[in-house]
Amino acid sequence: MGIYSKPALFALLSVVLILAGTFVTTILPIYMPSTQPVSRYIKPYTAVELEGRDIYIREGCNNCHTQTVRPLRTEVARYGEYSKPEEFAYDRPHLWGSRRTGPDLARVGGKYPDAWHYQHLSDPASVSPVSNMPAYGWLAGRRLDTGYTFRKVSVLGYGYSRQEVTEQIDSYRVRVTAPDYPARDVRSRVTPPEFRNYLTEMDALVAYLQKLGRDVKELEQGRQVALQENESGKSEVQ
Amino acid sequence: MKESVHDYSVVRGFAYSALFWLIIGLVVGLWLAAEMFYPRLNLTPWLSFGRLRVVHTNGLAFGFALAGIFSCTYYMLQRLTRTPIAFPRLARFHLYLFNAAIALAALSLFAGMNTSKEYAELEWPLDVVVVIMWVVFAVNVFATLARRREKQMYISLWYIIAMTVTVAVLYIINNLSVPVNLFKSYPIYAGVNDANVQWWYGHNAVGFVFTVPILAMFYYYLPKTVNLPIYSHRLSIISFWSLVFAYLWTGAHHLMLTPVPEWIQTVAIAFSIFLIAPSWGSVVNGYYTMRGNWDLMRTNYLTKFFVVGITFYGLQTIQGPTQGLRTLTAFFHYTDYIVGHVHMGTMGWVTMIISASLYYMVQEMNRTEVYSVRLANLHFYLILAGQLLYTVTMWIAGIQQGAMWKATNPDGSLTYSFIETVASLYPYWKIRFVGGLVYFLGIVVFVYNFVMTGRGSKKSSLDPGMRTA
Repeated sequence: MGIYSKPALFALLSVVLILAGTFVTTILPIYMPSTQPVSRYIKPYTAVELEGRDIYIREGCNNCHTQTVRPLRTEVARYGEYSKPEEFAYDRPHLWGSRRTGPDLARVGGKYPDAWHYQHLSDPASVSPVSNMPAYGWLAGRRLDTGYTFRKVSVLGYGYSRQEVTEQIDSYRVRVTAPDYPARDVRSRVTPPEFRNYLTEMDALVAYLQKLGRDVKELEQGRQVALQENESGKSEVQ
Repeated sequence: MKESVHDYSVVRGFAYSALFWLIIGLVVGLWLAAEMFYPRLNLTPWLSFGRLRVVHTNGLAFGFALAGIFSCTYYMLQRLTRTPIAFPRLARFHLYLFNAAIALAALSLFAGMNTSKEYAELEWPLDVVVVIMWVVFAVNVFATLARRREKQMYISLWYIIAMTVTVAVLYIINNLSVPVNLFKSYPIYAGVNDANVQWWYGHNAVGFVFTVPILAMFYYYLPKTVNLPIYSHRLSIISFWSLVFAYLWTGAHHLMLTPVPEWIQTVAIAFSIFLIAPSWGSVVNGYYTMRGNWDLMRTNYLTKFFVVGITFYGLQTIQGPTQGLRTLTAFFHYTDYIVGHVHMGTMGWVTMIISASLYYMVQEMNRTEVYSVRLANLHFYLILAGQLLYTVTMWIAGIQQGAMWKATNPDGSLTYSFIETVASLYPYWKIRFVGGLVYFLGIVVFVYNFVMTGRGSKKSSLDPGMRTA
């Protein structure tokens, strides 16, 4: 048999074979818009939410929490609306995860008030005594580094100007440090005094968690409206 | 096969590197297993589960398994081509670069520099180092093959070639990213595509690191150990080409019922089921090689490592495709069942074959007998018992949690809150820790036995009496 005495040809044939499945299942879908559709109802992350997301990545939260609700009755009952491809258009990288040591987080935004998150991140056992989640109180003792934020949103193509990034960061800082911030008490309790007037890594992480799954309601409502318009003959698709 | 000069220094270097990273990776694994039921062990940010888990997976998959693979590859290459390594100094550079890369990888992952993509967590500067290291390795593989003195390439060389080219393709495509700074980058793919590319990579990293090179070892070291030819050359040809072709279509079985397009999921299911055939082609080839000589299981201590190892490979390759079916994935996915599945493959198949191959090589290279057959047997039974306790416990835990997630009351509401399902797993997590501990003790016995065997001979690292240069 010729090929078993020709290493270069053998390697070439191997490459051709492995590229067949690679091309059909991974490369081709990238060029099919239906794989990752974009919806005007799904908004990119704000500068602060993106920084929070990067802390989520840095701490490896995705090793224990998934971010995809599957279209199964009990799963929708537990977490909420199942995940749609549109929701992930701005996710680089995706954070779907592979193991649910903790619950799925795709619908956690708005499920609890900010105060709950500050309390829970600082001491999970104080919220659920049998929780085995690590405590992340130390995140409140680290100022959020925003030195690369503009560069990050530029790389991701979110389209914010430098000015807008600064405004987003400042306005979120004003919000969480204001006297009327609803989570003020617990935030002050978990944040060391010298950091209370600054944005901390925990503030950004809470902002990110509160964003998760927020836009899916509008997406679903938009779909309903489009469906009704179609049915009544006014098929105006934007 | 004795007329040429074989350079074994790099084989030894990688063998000891494998043992070193094995111990480190398992200690980290035990720590993680304990954190699951005793979360206070998350003492510092760098010891927190989210960062540590990545050190465990990378340390064992790339620190241990890859080092074992490099060691065996440099050995098999030289023996099967009857040619010394083409560029011995480059191979030594490969050894140093590999260990430096793994050490830097561990440090960077402890520090939280990670891309979040499973088994591809290293940030871009280390990705560049890994690619350079792989090129260095590939140059030696193909240059040695080009200079070979044995015309026909034996089965193991096919698998080595397939690994060498495929890992390069996988690693580069999945790690394409845009740097923000030296420590941070974002992938070029977004959302669904990123997930799809990632699990094409994740699945085939398992295929071309935990399967293909381990099969190369199996096809070489089993016949060597039992001194019998492989049963069917034709079967090995069919198994090889169909495995290499079919593996790449199956990544999306890790993404069943997610927003990944349904047709990609369905294609993945079909090819996953198909993959049982080539996988079992190798299993059957191994079993039939033993035909009429099954007493070797009793009389030759190394034989059982290979036969039990290929048996776990057989079980693994049935369990994998079945748990990827839509109905079963709905139940099992995201539970500890999958953790059990992975660990049967790594603890039962990969480690069994690599450790037996290392035993075989150290005796051949040093022209000596193993330090202690009794210790080797103890090693075998400890890692077998530890692995079974670990995996069976995790399967039960996964079935339980899957059932609790799906349980509903007569009115359709959920029976259990999420935290109740977590609380129910604590006993299993404690048993899993014990399983891991038993396994670890087996590995400690192995390392001791290997090191003592290696010390038994003080001969030069070249074949005795054959030094020509």
